[in-house]
Amino acid sequence: MSESIADASPASGGPDQAYNYAYLDEQTKRMIRRAILKAVAVPGYQVPFGGREMPLPYGWGTGGIQVTAAIIGREDTLKVIDQGADDTTNAVSIRRFFAKVADVATTTSTEDASIIQTRHRVPETRLREGQIIVFQVPIPEPLRMLEPRETETRTLHALSEYGVMQVSLYESIARHGRIAKTYNYPVLVNGRYIMSPSPIPKFDNPKLDRSPALQLYGAGREKRIYAVPPHTPVKSLDFDDHPFEIERWDECCALCGSRESFLDEVIVDDSGKRMFVCSDTDWCERHQR
Amino acid sequence: MNPILSASGLGKRFGDRVACRDVGFDLWPGEVLGVVGESGSGKTTLLNCLAGRLHPETGTVVYDSAAYGQVDVHDLSEARRRLLSRTEWGFVNQDAREGLRMGVSAGANIGERLMAIGARHYGDIRRTASEWLGRVEIEQDRLDDRPTTYSGGMRQRLQIARNLVSGPRLVFMDEPTGGLDVSVQARILDLLRGLVETLHLSAVLVTHDLGVARLLTHRLMVMQGGRVVEEGLTDQVLDDPQDAYTQMLVASILPV
Repeated sequence: MSESIADASPASGGPDQAYNYAYLDEQTKRMIRRAILKAVAVPGYQVPFGGREMPLPYGWGTGGIQVTAAIIGREDTLKVIDQGADDTTNAVSIRRFFAKVADVATTTSTEDASIIQTRHRVPETRLREGQIIVFQVPIPEPLRMLEPRETETRTLHALSEYGVMQVSLYESIARHGRIAKTYNYPVLVNGRYIMSPSPIPKFDNPKLDRSPALQLYGAGREKRIYAVPPHTPVKSLDFDDHPFEIERWDECCALCGSRESFLDEVIVDDSGKRMFVCSDTDWCERHQR
Repeated sequence: MNPILSASGLGKRFGDRVACRDVGFDLWPGEVLGVVGESGSGKTTLLNCLAGRLHPETGTVVYDSAAYGQVDVHDLSEARRRLLSRTEWGFVNQDAREGLRMGVSAGANIGERLMAIGARHYGDIRRTASEWLGRVEIEQDRLDDRPTTYSGGMRQRLQIARNLVSGPRLVFMDEPTGGLDVSVQARILDLLRGLVETLHLSAVLVTHDLGVARLLTHRLMVMQGGRVVEEGLTDQVLDDPQDAYTQMLVASILPV
């Protein structure tokens, strides 16, 4: 990871004067903060909010970026990851965006960050109290693929009628012999609401359970915010005789030798040679030292 | 003993059109009540009002619940009504596609109610589903097939299994054999008759087929224009119809 990217800050020193602090106007930030407070008060419940147009396309993290903009302050240190990496386009541009409009320090180190915006991963390093992790969510409704009607899914949540979610897991076992869902694996938050953990691998689900950090989830296109407060039980759904399991690899990371992190399989040449490397670049770098 | 379902003064209109008017009856445990009449006579509307799917403008429906005692179906909270409808009630639609999840296997269809009321053991759910598939005379190796690969008669039997798996006490049936050929109809009627007897079910059966009514029902209500024109024991109504409309209905059965 090049330090120049990580420490990118506006040349002038202060935030970009053309925009309000952190891009969104103060009323919008208040509205989003109200939605966040409600979401924290009712863990796992999807709170609608007035999503704004952001200077990036839907699907690139418009929800997450609005949540971050609403909670960020000058003394924060921001880390942005995309699929575990700090150096992918999405991560770099969002980090630069906040360095520019919010005048915050940025970092690639999980430990040093006070806010971590993420897409598709939870960092391997255990989060600590006081940290906030912001997830970018494409489809906030976990029941959407099973029940297309919004009125009906809301009713199902309101009445905790979650048989249909279990039906989808049953079907998966009947067809594949095991629960074949590997990402966006549905969870039950605080024994009440079923929640989509965003498309993180199920490998990361145990990290959500009783996490000391605050988890905020923002869906920009569907204009929903939900949250899991620190130390809240998050249970991955399963059957008594088919318990929830996470992915395992026979290999270790080709770069740092880690055996406990989530590995990406990378094809390295045209003859199909492949290697397994940590998806979390920060973790990998620290273990190479 | 209380009637399991007791309706009085039920009325429902859609705009200016009256769908049913002042309908009342008592359904006793173990009894099958038939509702017959021509298309548009308000049979299905009545059934939907009874099952809480439609809200009638007048009248009450009182259900004698095993868990809660006597309850007014339309005064219940939505949560409780939905709970009742997936534990103590069944609803068999005319079109099996409406009552089934076509995208998931037969086993998942049968297991849904079990999972909705808290079953979390895959093996047990599957065993129960397989058992029920057998009871409705579908080969058990079709357990993992989707209902889209089933014939019309098999879908209807699957729908029946899906409804009965939670051990309901009261089943609403809307033309369960409509749109099926006669030999398939006969099998389903046979099956239903057996199940009603062994499970001691009470049922309200809507049909326009007097043959079905004769085979399955104990009592009959004849509806015309939203009103009940005649009511009595099935054999009595069919063999000795009193009302002019009933006489016409009975007379219009084609002799084979």
